[in-house]
Amino acid sequence: MLLINCPLCGPRAQAEFNFERPVETIIGVDVPTAELVERLYTRTNARGPSAELWRHARGCRAWLRIERHTVTHVIASVAVWEPQS
Amino acid sequence: MSGFRLPDGGRIDRSRPIAFSFDGRVYSGFAGDTLASALLASGVMIFGRSFKYHRPRGVLGAAVEEPNALVTAGQGGRAEPNTRATDLFISEGLSVTSQNRWPSLAVDLGAAIGLAAPFLPAGFYYKTFFGGPRLWLAYEHLIRRAAGLGPAPSEPDPDHYEHRAAFCDVLVIGSGPAGLAAADAASAAGKRVMLVEQDILPGGSLLRDAATVSGMPGTDWAATVCTRILSRGGRVLTRTTATGYHDHDLLTLIERLVEPGAAPSAIAQRLWRVRAGQVILAVGTIERPMLFTGNDRPGVMLSSAVRTYIERFAVVPGRRVIVAGCTDDMTLTAESLARAGAEIAGLIDTRKGDALLAAQGAPVTAVTAMIAGRKQQIRCDLVAMSGGFTPSVHLHSQAGGDLAWHDGCGAFIPSTSRQSQLTIGAASAAETLADVLAQGWCAGGGNAGDAPVTNAPASSWHGTAAQPDVTPRKAFVDFQNDVTASDLDLAWREGYRSVEHMKRYTTLGMATDQGKTSNIPGLMRLSANEARAPAEVGLTTFRPPYVPVTLGVLAGEDGGHHMAPRRRMVLHAEHERHAPLWQPLGYWHRPRAYPRAGETLHASAHREARAVRTTMGLTDVSTLAKFDISGPDAAEFLEIVCATTVAKLGIGRGRYTFMLREDGMVMDDGTVWRLGETHFLLTSSTGGSDRMDAHLSYARSILAPKLRVAVVNVQEHWAALALAGPQARSTIEAMTGAAAPRHMGASAVTIEGGAGWLLAASYSGERAFELYLPGDRMVAAWRAIETATLAAGGALYGLEALELLRIEKGHIVVGAEASGRTTPQDLGLRKMLRGRGFIGGSALARPALQSVDREALVGLEADSAIPEGAMLLSERGGTPIGHVSSAGERIIGSGGIALALLQGGMLRMGEQLLVSSPTRGIEVPVRVVTPVFYDAAGDRYRD
Ligand SMILES: [Zn+2]
Repeated sequence: MLLINCPLCGPRAQAEFNFERPVETIIGVDVPTAELVERLYTRTNARGPSAELWRHARGCRAWLRIERHTVTHVIASVAVWEPQS
Repeated sequence: MSGFRLPDGGRIDRSRPIAFSFDGRVYSGFAGDTLASALLASGVMIFGRSFKYHRPRGVLGAAVEEPNALVTAGQGGRAEPNTRATDLFISEGLSVTSQNRWPSLAVDLGAAIGLAAPFLPAGFYYKTFFGGPRLWLAYEHLIRRAAGLGPAPSEPDPDHYEHRAAFCDVLVIGSGPAGLAAADAASAAGKRVMLVEQDILPGGSLLRDAATVSGMPGTDWAATVCTRILSRGGRVLTRTTATGYHDHDLLTLIERLVEPGAAPSAIAQRLWRVRAGQVILAVGTIERPMLFTGNDRPGVMLSSAVRTYIERFAVVPGRRVIVAGCTDDMTLTAESLARAGAEIAGLIDTRKGDALLAAQGAPVTAVTAMIAGRKQQIRCDLVAMSGGFTPSVHLHSQAGGDLAWHDGCGAFIPSTSRQSQLTIGAASAAETLADVLAQGWCAGGGNAGDAPVTNAPASSWHGTAAQPDVTPRKAFVDFQNDVTASDLDLAWREGYRSVEHMKRYTTLGMATDQGKTSNIPGLMRLSANEARAPAEVGLTTFRPPYVPVTLGVLAGEDGGHHMAPRRRMVLHAEHERHAPLWQPLGYWHRPRAYPRAGETLHASAHREARAVRTTMGLTDVSTLAKFDISGPDAAEFLEIVCATTVAKLGIGRGRYTFMLREDGMVMDDGTVWRLGETHFLLTSSTGGSDRMDAHLSYARSILAPKLRVAVVNVQEHWAALALAGPQARSTIEAMTGAAAPRHMGASAVTIEGGAGWLLAASYSGERAFELYLPGDRMVAAWRAIETATLAAGGALYGLEALELLRIEKGHIVVGAEASGRTTPQDLGLRKMLRGRGFIGGSALARPALQSVDREALVGLEADSAIPEGAMLLSERGGTPIGHVSSAGERIIGSGGIALALLQGGMLRMGEQLLVSSPTRGIEVPVRVVTPVFYDAAGDRYRD
């Protein structure tokens, strides 16, 4: 179980968090169908660093951006989600 | 009867004799005895029968690695099967039974008639499981009878378990000399220390091999160190096993507060989750068996285990002993045996070219050996063998650490770490006690000069037991799963040459001991067959748990009614007055039906549903998910989430709506109401409420962060009831003194002093009103409406009647028709879809979702009841073409009706199909019809 350092709550067990999705799979509602398929279904599930959207669902409920290594689970950074343009 | 107890010595309490039973016969031992030591002292040599071949088996080891002596400890719901006799400390009255034998341990018919042996070669399971159902059907009953471990208890476990979380700076696993020195040094340096020991006593090898440490007997030093750690505020957990090393230095520990099968005074076992700053693994080694024919016979034991029985338990397991091996450990054991008065019948030192070829008898009576070039047979009643020692790398490997081959040990040792783990002591191949103490002390942060000193003579435990020019094909490699050297050879010849394939094909290392004694011997065999170095062949993956773990301790406190919180609705007591049948729905319990005295569920549901159709019915819908959505951009936000139009709703109007997942499948449905220009109420299903909450938050925070909208979950704020039926309007209007809204209209309302909303929505197919009041205002309103309803001849109705009503109307529900695999088109909702701009919209254009062969919603009609969940066939014996998603019966009139998902959907209108449920032995001919069975035009509720 990962130890995730919520910027608002401090280090908490993974059980308090929900993984939402890799950042690259956040798609707008009107993305063309072909792009939707590519980004949701045929994307590269790469070994290595991964930028992900999580939520401290059983804590402060903040949406978080977490940089996690998919092989070692080393977490490089945890930040409160900043809306993109 | 060869084992016996020495008159004195050992770390047992002779002032506390303990009586216990094994297979119904009463034995006695002393406090501090394991089941194995107590039985060996009583001359018992056969402890069980082997898994596949039902061969008689004794004790191989003296601790957690034991593959043979598995027993069921305790009785009834407290019975713990597959408990290692070597890892079970006896208690007064303990009842133990042997396993996998029939009718008795002494006479086992399975072995006598060779039931198992001929048909279980390597790959048997693999070939059977992948060879099609016919092979499995042919062998299943034989396999189930022949191959098995102890039976799982069938009664509820009466014991309690708990979970605890802890943190520490330094977690030390293992309280042998290395672990003690490390924990002592770390706690002296002011670190928060936890020291974990799976035995009942600290000391590790010091309990077996006497040595002076820091000027005192080793076991005294161990006790002193533990006292010091405690006095510095550290924690020492004995009888606690580290079972898993998980991510970010989280370890799981299982603490036994009582022994398996014994009655606890409070908690039986405790699961610790410990997050550690540093983890020191001082977990020692496990001795390996040697490979020779008959190496599994009772009376063949590991060398260090024989010494443990003598030195720790004062039990000599045999009187005439063969000592064989490849390390100095055999010398220590021979000396110990001689001191205890046993006769050394022969020393077989493979380093000098000797070889142990075979053992005979059960229990063992003789061995065939090659000593100094001469083949001979030697009488004996015990064989102590040392095939080398394998460092325990399980936890290190679980933590993602790498391994390196160590020639001296003939095994892998930890190399680089991925987390904060450090392996010390024998597990890191350190040899002498002095080295181990110094290494441990430094690992704990102490100065090398201050390390505890010892007078113990240097002794080498390194060594590997390659027996030259010997190919013992029938030697057992994995004792617990009955895997022989020839099984491994066969697997290799059949092409299973990767170590992972060999494991699965032969089941090597897949038993409850997870190959603690067999992994390295198996690897060596594969390595020889492959003519590749063991380091190249590699090991299989180590996974938690290190030892078998009871389901009880995994569940912890979360068993029975503590498994999930039971949420009661505001109106719970109101329902309770009618003694309803309760049904869990989401987190809540809702009335399923309100049967009268002597009434069945079926009759009650039909009576309640008929009341709705003919007069009126009252039901509690408080558990529906509800969201209050407000702000200048509220409509725009709702159109992102909802696939139907929302923005066009007039104030005071509502509509049916549904939400899609990103992949275009229907996720949930409900109603949306415009209560003001910028104020909406959205409802959705009870069971999906958490998911919808997260979905709305995702849409709000991630997809549309700039919209000026507030989304508030008001599920628990509003209690809600629904009054449905021809008399609903007049009843409500009499109550409020105002005109009730027309269909899909909403109006603010005050009833019995509570202010809320009255929504004219019909789920039942009759004119109906949903009343939303703040939870603390609902009881009075409910009582008033209930009184009016019952006075008019109406009824309260529960979920069962609701189900009959909605099926008759063809309304879908989430989980049945909206199964997560159906699109709006599949469910006949396409006309309500907007063009674009909502979640899931662009996925709907995927070509596969346009196929006319997709399973789509239809209605089914039959003369009798249609079984829910059953498959749909074109004809008997045909391929399934769909399934019954919801089934009911006509409320007025008769006949079975159902909603179904059918390939081709409404293109099959009018077809005659067969609903088949082989498991229930039911077949019903059905007609495909439009999925609305009652008032298709909606005349009953439209204005
Ligand atoms: Zn937080």
